[in-house]
Amino acid sequence: MHEAKHLKSEARLAAPDDFYAALMNMHRDLDESQSRLVNAKLILLLANHIGDHGVLTEAMAIARDGIGDAPGRPSESPDASPQHRKGPRS
Amino acid sequence: MHATYTNPEFAYTAAPELNSSTPVRHPLIVVGAGPVGLTAGIDAALQGIPTVVLDDNNTVSVGSRAVCYAKRALEVLDRLGCAQNMVDKGITWNVGKVFFQDRMIYQFNLQPESDHHRPAFINLQQYYLEAFLVDRATELEGLDLRWKHRVIGVQQDADDVRVTVDTPDGRYFVHCDYLIVADGANSPVRRMLGLESTGQVFQDRFLIADVVMRADEFPTERRFWFDPPFHRGQSTLLHRQADNVWRLDFQLGWDADPELEKRPERVIPRVKAMLGDDRDFELEWCSVYTFQCRRMDRFRHGRVLFAGDAAHQVSPFGARGANSGIQDADNLIWKLKLVLDDHAPDTLLDSYCRERVQAATENILNSTRSTDFITPKSETSRAFRDATLALAEHFDFARGLVNSGRLSVPSVYRDTTLSTPDRDAFAGSMSPGSPSTDAPMTIDGEETWLLLHLGDRFNGLYFAADGGIPEPDLAILQALAQDAATPVTTLVVGSDAKGIPGTVAVADIRQRLKQRFDGRPGTFYLLRPDQHIAGRWRSLNQETVRAALARAIGKG
Repeated sequence: MHEAKHLKSEARLAAPDDFYAALMNMHRDLDESQSRLVNAKLILLLANHIGDHGVLTEAMAIARDGIGDAPGRPSESPDASPQHRKGPRS
Repeated sequence: MHATYTNPEFAYTAAPELNSSTPVRHPLIVVGAGPVGLTAGIDAALQGIPTVVLDDNNTVSVGSRAVCYAKRALEVLDRLGCAQNMVDKGITWNVGKVFFQDRMIYQFNLQPESDHHRPAFINLQQYYLEAFLVDRATELEGLDLRWKHRVIGVQQDADDVRVTVDTPDGRYFVHCDYLIVADGANSPVRRMLGLESTGQVFQDRFLIADVVMRADEFPTERRFWFDPPFHRGQSTLLHRQADNVWRLDFQLGWDADPELEKRPERVIPRVKAMLGDDRDFELEWCSVYTFQCRRMDRFRHGRVLFAGDAAHQVSPFGARGANSGIQDADNLIWKLKLVLDDHAPDTLLDSYCRERVQAATENILNSTRSTDFITPKSETSRAFRDATLALAEHFDFARGLVNSGRLSVPSVYRDTTLSTPDRDAFAGSMSPGSPSTDAPMTIDGEETWLLLHLGDRFNGLYFAADGGIPEPDLAILQALAQDAATPVTTLVVGSDAKGIPGTVAVADIRQRLKQRFDGRPGTFYLLRPDQHIAGRWRSLNQETVRAALARAIGKG
């Protein structure tokens, strides 16, 4: 598991059950695609609130850890991972 | 189709080399008379390099291809003396609007700052752009534009490039010191040399439909629709071009049949759905395209230099194709001139590769990201795309995430070895490696623009004190003007002293020069012949500027 450096990973929610219930309630009566959209909006809103690229990429790495193959390096800057080496994907 | 434009047919002329018993050698040959090859040829001829441009066809671009020409490309074309006709014929725009489903979610202005000569963009059909370039090319002595001359072989050794050319009168061989290859995305010359451009093919297809219509109520702006009611689940783009021709791009998806989709009976209902049944229009052009983002590893291979789509290719979102190709030529020609004149080492040309590979990498990155946003390839990526668009209507932060194309901006050569890093502190964005910004000014009381007076050679931009130019600074400016290899002509801001050799007195009528360059008395900027900043200092020192000049021509 990734070790959190920037991300606060100690317990911070005052009422964890209330939060969890609110999260479930947010999805009530939605189908899979509606839920996917709502989750995406929630992530974007929270990401902007956090506003710290280091925290966000660390959270993404922890979330992804152990699921599927490791993702390729993201192209974060023009000098990072050159897209042109990806090869055709057709 | 094509009611508004008839492609010209340029005259073929036989090559003098056909009847020559001895090998003929030119300093420079350019392969391809498209926007990039013509820009290179014109720039070279203006620099005094006798140049031959070879094209396998005898006309300009056919159909609807490049549309949007960016401010920086227009500034390069101004330097070559041919932007004004393009701006006059084209459609000027600065504003883009983004629609999601049935509503506009936000708009952006690409030129929020006033007091620039050129707009953020003009829209102009590629054939007009090329025709204006051909007009300019044919005015120039020393530019030999040869139509129906097809390059079928290229060989090079350490000192020479030999080109085999096929013409209606037969084959000939011709030699050159340097060969610029600007023969397009499928570059036959690249293939002849066994070189590759590699990258990513996007699994989507877009329909281009050009229609002629009167639609004066549509403002001249870029409009982009995500998932509109008239084209559900896909994206659509609208641009106004010259002659009341409107360019529509419809995303079709990967499974669309390109042959079927470009038939008028398929296209017309799509256009009607978008414009309304009552709108009169004539279909001018339709085609279906796929796109790729790819580039060559290196743009220089010995004496052969690749430019434009031959060297790097992007998706159309962001108008980064022709615009970046024009900047390739802008970057290359002054360097070639210095090398051909033995004023700079041949390794200066390696900086063309480094600087323009950096630019191509940026363009490919931006273009790839735009394409990923516009054409999501999974349920989840579509959900994030739609979530971004839905939030953008109400929340400013999400507008920054919407990517309907990050429109072409020039690259800043941040890491180039040709720049001298800052030693002094400056505010603003005119750091070494940046292309110069523009500003209004007067010379002898005549209103003009900064960028119309920079370029083709090294320039200085010097901010004088209220009392004029101190004697030591004046002596340095005059010495720099007399340099044999790299004479520097300096624009002196805020001094009335006229007639000083090597300087031009300019008045900063709206204080934009001072503001945009953070100019204070004694501030000096050194600019390359392509208007990029090579170095800047708070006080003038002859040895420092000479060292920066040497660095800027690859001797540093």
